[in-house]
Amino acid sequence: MAYPADYRYTKEHEWLKVEGNTGTVGITDHAQESLGDIVFVELPKVGTELTAGKTLGTVESVKAVSDIFAPASGTVTEVNEALNTSPEQVNKDAHGAWMVKVKLKDPSEANRLLSAADYEKYVAAEGGH
Amino acid sequence: MNKKIRKVTTHISQNEVLLFERSSAGKKAYELPPLDVPEVDPAKLLGAQARQDLGHMPEVSEVEIIRHFTRLSTWNYAVDHGMYPLGSCTMKYNPRVNEAVARLTGLAEAHPYQPERISQGALRILKMLSEQLIEITGMDAITLQPAAGAHGELTGILLVRAYLESLGNPRKKVLIPDSAHGTNPATAAMAGYAVENLKSNAAGMVDIASLVAQVNEDVAALMLTNPNTLGVFEQEIHKIAEVLHAKGALLYMDGANMNALVGKTRPGDFGVDVMHLNLHKTFSTPHGGGGPGSGPVACKKILEPFLPSPVVVTKPDGTLGFDYNRPQSLGRVRMFYGNFGMHIRALAYIMANGPDGLRQTTEDAVLNANYIRKGLEGAYDLPYKTPTMHEVVFSDHIQSQKGIKTGDIAKRLIDYGFHPYTVSFPLVVHGAIMIEPTESESKESCDMFIEAMKDIAEEVEEHPEFVLEAPHNTRISRLDETMAARKPILRWKPQSEAVGK
Repeated sequence: MAYPADYRYTKEHEWLKVEGNTGTVGITDHAQESLGDIVFVELPKVGTELTAGKTLGTVESVKAVSDIFAPASGTVTEVNEALNTSPEQVNKDAHGAWMVKVKLKDPSEANRLLSAADYEKYVAAEGGH
Repeated sequence: MNKKIRKVTTHISQNEVLLFERSSAGKKAYELPPLDVPEVDPAKLLGAQARQDLGHMPEVSEVEIIRHFTRLSTWNYAVDHGMYPLGSCTMKYNPRVNEAVARLTGLAEAHPYQPERISQGALRILKMLSEQLIEITGMDAITLQPAAGAHGELTGILLVRAYLESLGNPRKKVLIPDSAHGTNPATAAMAGYAVENLKSNAAGMVDIASLVAQVNEDVAALMLTNPNTLGVFEQEIHKIAEVLHAKGALLYMDGANMNALVGKTRPGDFGVDVMHLNLHKTFSTPHGGGGPGSGPVACKKILEPFLPSPVVVTKPDGTLGFDYNRPQSLGRVRMFYGNFGMHIRALAYIMANGPDGLRQTTEDAVLNANYIRKGLEGAYDLPYKTPTMHEVVFSDHIQSQKGIKTGDIAKRLIDYGFHPYTVSFPLVVHGAIMIEPTESESKESCDMFIEAMKDIAEEVEEHPEFVLEAPHNTRISRLDETMAARKPILRWKPQSEAVGK
């Protein structure tokens, strides 16, 4: 699975797409792959203040419940409600199944995240064992 | 090669309907004598409160009830049934002598409110067990109150907090290795501490350099399982204790794996300040459905004043009694004195074995795990080569090349008549296959298990799809776990409701 070059990535396996001062957040294909079948996605309400590195919601698979961490700080402006009824979208198309849209406090925060190439290397090294 | 078993028909003991579905109007399992008092109309007495519609209650005969539950009981798998190699859980045999002792009338019918003077035997059991567990762990004091392992952890960390608070600063963090039981971080958080992860080194042990870097005056304690969940003994445990103590932090030991140490070494001697024991693991009391559990917490002198109240003491007249006057105590953590029935069983186990017997059980548990490790080496990937104690952790690395994961192998193992091993834990091993035979298994049953696992490894090579569809010989074949979670059906509905009446 190719990691879109215009996204930025966290070491906790979220992706962030920045357009102007809007950020779109999801989890990576590697994340969905290691979680297995996702059965539930819990997302914040519109208006929630997010802090980079803090939990924004959870994603539950048959195997485990994992936190989703905010890749950048900002305010939630939109939530992908479709994931409530069809969480399997995340398994099918992790890089398309966005979770929240955020009005970013500081779009340049994204520069601190990994590029697609660096994330791919990071995942390869992590899965070494 | 195993052939898929095709059943001509489903045996009655494998096709049990709900009691509700067996119901037929008017049937009952009792016969009351004729009424010898005037009949009262409940509606007259209770008015509108008298319930008219009793809902759907099953109407069945006595023998139908007995058969129903007896059949259901045959669907269970227990350690009395066969090998139960569930790693980390220590599903050892529960000797019948424990049960015989616990069922003595004077013990089984003792009431927690009966006066101390007629409870001397029960008090003596609490005292003897306390003393023997203190001796085994090398600690100074103990509480038998906690109801199980995680409850013991919480009690232990609350003791740490109470102690540090008494010194003026409860501190902020608890360090937990990445190989820990999931209950450890939960415990630290429940006790109000932030959790900080400690990475394992290549041998699967605590990395002393990282520990030194992470321990400071904010750290209240390190929670460590020893041997850890990889079945590896932390050989530098005394150094770990020194690093913590130098900064005023304490060492908590999760005693879940104490069955690898009993009679050989004592946590109190290698620097542990506080620990819990799982009587339902190490000391053979029933475990998993048959419980309840019991998680005594043993500690060093510095923590003793904070132990839950009451504690058993010898009174001036030589009789035993409870001391409730403990101003620094955490208070109760469990009603009465904990799960007393388990205390009796654990004491019976300790006394039946004696010191040499307990040492032998430890040696046998370690021997069995190593025998299985040797038997399966090559067939399964062994991620950590460090010597194994009472359990061994393989991975599905070889089998996953064929698309077969640890969970698939475990399900196929059911067809061979074994309870599955522990799947996907510890988290530091990807695709973990965690096996703990305990000392209860004979060489023959270990051999049978090794053979089954090797057969499955072969099946994975030759017919992976067959393993993927396992289990084949069970009443119900593989469930769709994803569908069950996404679209759960949470209750049975009678036919009339189901069709929307």
